Amino acid sequence: MIVSAYQRRRATNALMLGLCAVFAFLAVGVLVLILGFVLAKGIGSLNIDLFTEMPVPEGEPGGGVANSMVGSLIIIGIAAVIGIPVGIGAGIFLSEYAGHRLGDVVRFTADVLTGVPSIVIGIFVYGLVVLRMGNFSALAAGIALAIIMLPIMARSSEEMLRLVPHSQREAALALGISRWRTILSVVIPAAQRGLLTGALLAVARAAGETAPLIFTALGNRFLSLSVTGGPIDALSLRIYRYATGPYSEQHDQAWAASCVLILTVFVISLAARLLLRRR
Amino acid sequence: MTVDSRHQPEAAIMGYEMRIEHEPQAPVSEAEALAAGMVVRELNAWYGSCQALRDVNLLAAPKRITAVIGPSGCGKSTLIRCLNRMHEVVPEARASGQVLLRGEDIYGPGVDPVVVRRRVGMVFQKPNPFPTMSVLDNVAAGLRLNGFLVRRSQIAGTVEKSLRQAALWDEVKDKLNRPATELSGGQQQRLCIARALAVEPEVVLMDEPCSALDPVATLKIEDLMRELAKEYTIVIVTHNMQQAARVSDYTAVMMMAEDRAGEMIEYGPTRQVFTTPEEKRTEDYITGRFG
Amino acid sequence: MGANKRAQAAGACLAMRRPWRTGNTGDAIARVIAVGLGLSVLALAGLLIYELIDKSWQSITEFGPGFITSTTWDPVAREFGAAPAIYGTIISSLIALVLAVPVSLGTAIFLSEIAPPWLRNPFSFLVEMLAALPSVVLGLWGIYILVPWVRDPVEKSLGSHLGFIPLFDGPPFGFGMLAAGLILAIMVLPIITAISRDVMLAVPSSQREAMVALGATRWEVISGAVLPYCRSGLVGAVILGLGRALGETMAVTMVIGKGYNITASLFQPASTAASAVASEFNEATYDLYVSALVELALILLAITLLVNMVARLLVWRIARSPGVIRE
Repeated sequence: MIVSAYQRRRATNALMLGLCAVFAFLAVGVLVLILGFVLAKGIGSLNIDLFTEMPVPEGEPGGGVANSMVGSLIIIGIAAVIGIPVGIGAGIFLSEYAGHRLGDVVRFTADVLTGVPSIVIGIFVYGLVVLRMGNFSALAAGIALAIIMLPIMARSSEEMLRLVPHSQREAALALGISRWRTILSVVIPAAQRGLLTGALLAVARAAGETAPLIFTALGNRFLSLSVTGGPIDALSLRIYRYATGPYSEQHDQAWAASCVLILTVFVISLAARLLLRRR
Repeated sequence: MTVDSRHQPEAAIMGYEMRIEHEPQAPVSEAEALAAGMVVRELNAWYGSCQALRDVNLLAAPKRITAVIGPSGCGKSTLIRCLNRMHEVVPEARASGQVLLRGEDIYGPGVDPVVVRRRVGMVFQKPNPFPTMSVLDNVAAGLRLNGFLVRRSQIAGTVEKSLRQAALWDEVKDKLNRPATELSGGQQQRLCIARALAVEPEVVLMDEPCSALDPVATLKIEDLMRELAKEYTIVIVTHNMQQAARVSDYTAVMMMAEDRAGEMIEYGPTRQVFTTPEEKRTEDYITGRFG
Repeated sequence: MGANKRAQAAGACLAMRRPWRTGNTGDAIARVIAVGLGLSVLALAGLLIYELIDKSWQSITEFGPGFITSTTWDPVAREFGAAPAIYGTIISSLIALVLAVPVSLGTAIFLSEIAPPWLRNPFSFLVEMLAALPSVVLGLWGIYILVPWVRDPVEKSLGSHLGFIPLFDGPPFGFGMLAAGLILAIMVLPIITAISRDVMLAVPSSQREAMVALGATRWEVISGAVLPYCRSGLVGAVILGLGRALGETMAVTMVIGKGYNITASLFQPASTAASAVASEFNEATYDLYVSALVELALILLAITLLVNMVARLLVWRIARSPGVIRE
């Protein structure tokens, strides 16, 4: 059968386009697969105890991961308090104050820092904070997560601040308002939605991190509310410990805890995106 | 235009159907300008290594309107931005020379540009109200953010006064708490004027204030300018010669030299500049033969 | 006259020659703070490198450059070598790229060129959600869903049909290099897809129109006009994905088993630099042990920094919503 060049081209076209579509659905399919399994396996163990009970000794049924959730909140809270202001401050520097050369250097460094593996950050903070303090702590964990958040916040804040039209700044300066007041009262309010979005996304990213916590928070079977006193647990850590352990009750709780973690991260990311779109 | 305007400059003006609605004011001496207005001496300005203004000399007479006209790119905006030290906000921009405000050089040593800008206000080409603030907050922005301690009652009073001065009060008195972006273009520009007036400057600079507005709004603002000139020293930049002829008492003409630096080629009472200009280049520009 | 009075009042409290007015000091302080915060980024980077070198110095001086080539990791004998970890890092990332790049590019092409607009946004959103999945959850799924599937049927059938190839030699453990590569592929898929899609969307439509006007099919427009135009951006996206894969820890640690040797077989348990550090750190009981692990982390940092810098130079200023992609 003689196939004309035209028919061959059409066939190739259909094949390649079809392949791309298949790949696209494959990618989404993987997501659905993962989410589906996590939900299916975790839903059964999702009960109120998960949120209110402490872990029970190995092998025994029941218990929950309340201490992990509390620990996560504390750690992320510390990370946010440190990382968001410093990140936005660095973003202000890049957008409002930086000269060409210095700005480019800082920008490039921030971009490169976003690619540093989180486990390396964990070891860094281990050496910097944990060894000096003599114990694992929520503070160390918070610092590690803040370091991860910092370059992301700085770049996203810079982009959002740059979006504020220059005419706004000029209007304020022409009124005899000093530079810092202009930034504080005119530029930042104009960019506040974008800044908030950036902060939410950075927090969502930090909430899912586990590796740095291994070296800074260590983990704790019991509830700890102390910031500097000793090891503290986190949801992602607990999932890791339970998942790699041999006890099936713990596996079940790991699935359930994963549901909670995924839901939290998704909700925060969604909120951030909606905020940005509702311009 | 068929009339040979080189020999009949008056016809040139008539050809543009100029409206002169105000009585020409008595000319102002340099001493008076020195005491109560602005005097520019040997002003030079650069963007980086590129010279934008060369040896500009100008008087901004008190309670008069001085217009700066010229073809685009000749440095009009740069000049006016040097009068309130906004020029140096651009990175790598600098200026030298003297700009005397009531006898004091705003480029003198130790002078804080922030304070200069409170005394010399500016209205921009495109209305730029603060979008996150209401009408009232916009007008009050200069007061609040200047670091002055102002009481609530004072603010309300000043806002109303400024809005009245800007001929906007009646239109917005019920909308004071609405976002400023809800106003029309012409209203927004008058809002910006009110905002500039609220900090009680001595001089008001206007950089092509009507070029983004429709003709009706433009005329309103021109009337406003004449009203404001009764109290303030006004300097406007305009690319619209008819506007300059209609509105101003003094006109300065700028041209771009071969090296792209702006020079002032003529300055004098508007009537004189438009009917019997001293420079040929001025006449060419006004009659439309160039620019 | 009102103007004079106002001017007098102005002169009284607005004398221009007062450099110490609040406004000016405020600006000076604000500038110092802002510059300080900006420099903190640089300080952080410097401190990071310093601290890592400092804590690994003992191991660096003890083992010298041989650390990189030695394959022994024996805490009892106090002998440490990084070669299998580095090998594992590179191989697992390569597998991830081999698997992910075609799917990513196909998805990106689909999103930017083929999908109707109403489908584009929800699809992109879903792909970005894949990026938001925490690594540890992916690892959990990996252990109990992926690995059993890899063990049987994947490795079983690969082993029985293609077992003569060294790659597929050996018993099907499930946990091992192949599983690690697969899970890494899932993790780098979103980032390569998102950047590629953005890069493709940025190709000016005039380019596409030119091809169409020549009578090209849809695919020919893509392969002839779009892909060549954004070639460097696509390469940059892939390299950024590589950077991500190299540094990934949790999911890999959970499925790669804990083997420590260099073999060709993909079925064998293995280690990456990240997984070795993560799994052994809490067991490191003496200084040299810790120092060796830190040196491993330092090597990992060096590799990822290099890869990321190359990627940045290629991707440059791709417009993307900030913070969307986890890198």
